[in-house]
Amino acid sequence: MRRRVLPGFGLSLGYAVAYLGLIVLLPLAALAWKASDVGFTGILKLLSSPRTQAALELSFGGALIAACVNVVIGLAVTWALVRYRFPGRRILDALIDLPFALPTAVAGIALTAIYAPNGWLGRWLVPWGIQVAYTPLGVLMAMVFVGFPFVVRTLQPVLQSLEQDVEDAAESLGASALQTFLRVILPTLIPTLLTGFALALARAVGEYGSVIFIAGNIPLRSEIAPLLIVQKLEEFDYAGASALGVVMLAFSLMLLVLVSAVQRWTRRWAEPSA
Amino acid sequence: MRSRPDKRRAGIARRLGRALIIVLASLFLCLFLLVPLASVFVEAFRQGAHAFVESLDQAEAVAAIRLTLLVAVISVPLNVVFGIAAAWAMTRFEFRGKALLGAFIDLPLSVSPVVSGLLYVLMFGAQGWFGPWLTAHGIQIIFAVPGLVLATIFITLPYVARELIPLMQAQGSEEEEVARVLGASGLQTFFRVTLPNIRWALLYGVLLCNARAMGEFGAVSVVSGHIRGLTTTMPLEVEMRYNEYNYVGAFAIASLLALLALVTLAVKSFLEWRYHNDMDATAPRRR
Repeated sequence: MRRRVLPGFGLSLGYAVAYLGLIVLLPLAALAWKASDVGFTGILKLLSSPRTQAALELSFGGALIAACVNVVIGLAVTWALVRYRFPGRRILDALIDLPFALPTAVAGIALTAIYAPNGWLGRWLVPWGIQVAYTPLGVLMAMVFVGFPFVVRTLQPVLQSLEQDVEDAAESLGASALQTFLRVILPTLIPTLLTGFALALARAVGEYGSVIFIAGNIPLRSEIAPLLIVQKLEEFDYAGASALGVVMLAFSLMLLVLVSAVQRWTRRWAEPSA
Repeated sequence: MRSRPDKRRAGIARRLGRALIIVLASLFLCLFLLVPLASVFVEAFRQGAHAFVESLDQAEAVAAIRLTLLVAVISVPLNVVFGIAAAWAMTRFEFRGKALLGAFIDLPLSVSPVVSGLLYVLMFGAQGWFGPWLTAHGIQIIFAVPGLVLATIFITLPYVARELIPLMQAQGSEEEEVARVLGASGLQTFFRVTLPNIRWALLYGVLLCNARAMGEFGAVSVVSGHIRGLTTTMPLEVEMRYNEYNYVGAFAIASLLALLALVTLAVKSFLEWRYHNDMDATAPRRR
């Protein structure tokens, strides 16, 4: 409407689109080109080896479990940070972003060092028969680590702005604390939890740096899909790498669509009350 | 924060639940976040300060630090200019395909770093799209510094834009329109009105972008070729030393990166505490 008042529409949009085109769209087109070269049946054939299947299963299955774990723990941690005041809260709050800020390779070797059989935590866990380092459990641990901030940071603002009088009303009508949580609070948080879940899932599926050190990378057991891409590239098997890349990219695009759908859905519900 | 009736009725069970959640959450955060962080520094100094300094004072470590700085110095400013341009276009004007543009800006966040690297290999690698042409002209991008820079730009592209867009959306364009109506030129409006309004969010975006640029591993690992002293950034040098069982050396470089992460987090917390209203797009509306 008032678009004439402010200058720079053509310049800023043109620059942004051109930059995005060169950095993001053109490379994506290169992948699409390679994938179409291989063809749909070709991709399926490249993905059919037991080793690739096992890696895909571990990457997707592990990320799914890690995202579920993150939703549960993330909800508890966010609840503690938002609703309660206790010493050290601010420091813990700042610490949440550590997996964002810490380079993945650093997180990877640090996690390996503490969960190795002689590490700080490993030496207590291994006698109990819990092997973390160099097993699928280690992969899971690293995936939980990298996905954790996504759930907390998505949930935090929503939990902060949640009206507490609804809870008070539920309580004065005789609901127990658990009932209030399950019937009043949780339903309103579900879209946010879903967004956090999808973001943590997307991050965990594609994660490479923090996983490969602790995984031990045993074929058919603790090898993740991104590692296979790297290995195929090292063997100059571009077609095989592209096939895996397309599957992973398609999955992340699907999650992106899911997230934006959830956000549109919540906005539509939030608008009438605002 | 807690409301009155809640406090009055607080039974033993409720207080117990509260204590339990606090203890479990703190314990989890300490074990899960603090312990790995502490272990980086402990492992780096395992054989004393002398071994720590010595492992950093080696040609390949110095080269890795230099290369990391070089990559960040090129990629961060480019993404800052992009972030400002994208935020300006998206928050100051209405146009078709705005949602699509936003989705593409977010895309690098959800693509696996390895896939990001793969994209550039498919474009510029020997068998890639431009591969034959580049070879014919003697230009090397993959397994060389330009590849590292491109992969880093891709990975860090969203950070500045994502900090600015919600803030500029919430601030609205009235102040800029007033400046224009009062006769300020476009550039004057930007430097005197817009930039001061967004400076803290911009600074935070730059910090995040920089932290990610210096710490990126997966994407640069794919395009680097791991040529020591030439194409190994700090995270790649960490990996190579670790795989050579040079643990003190690996953790020494890792501790520098961890320090960068800590500084980033500290500045972030400070900015949020000090300039809360200028950073958080939802803050002014909430109070």
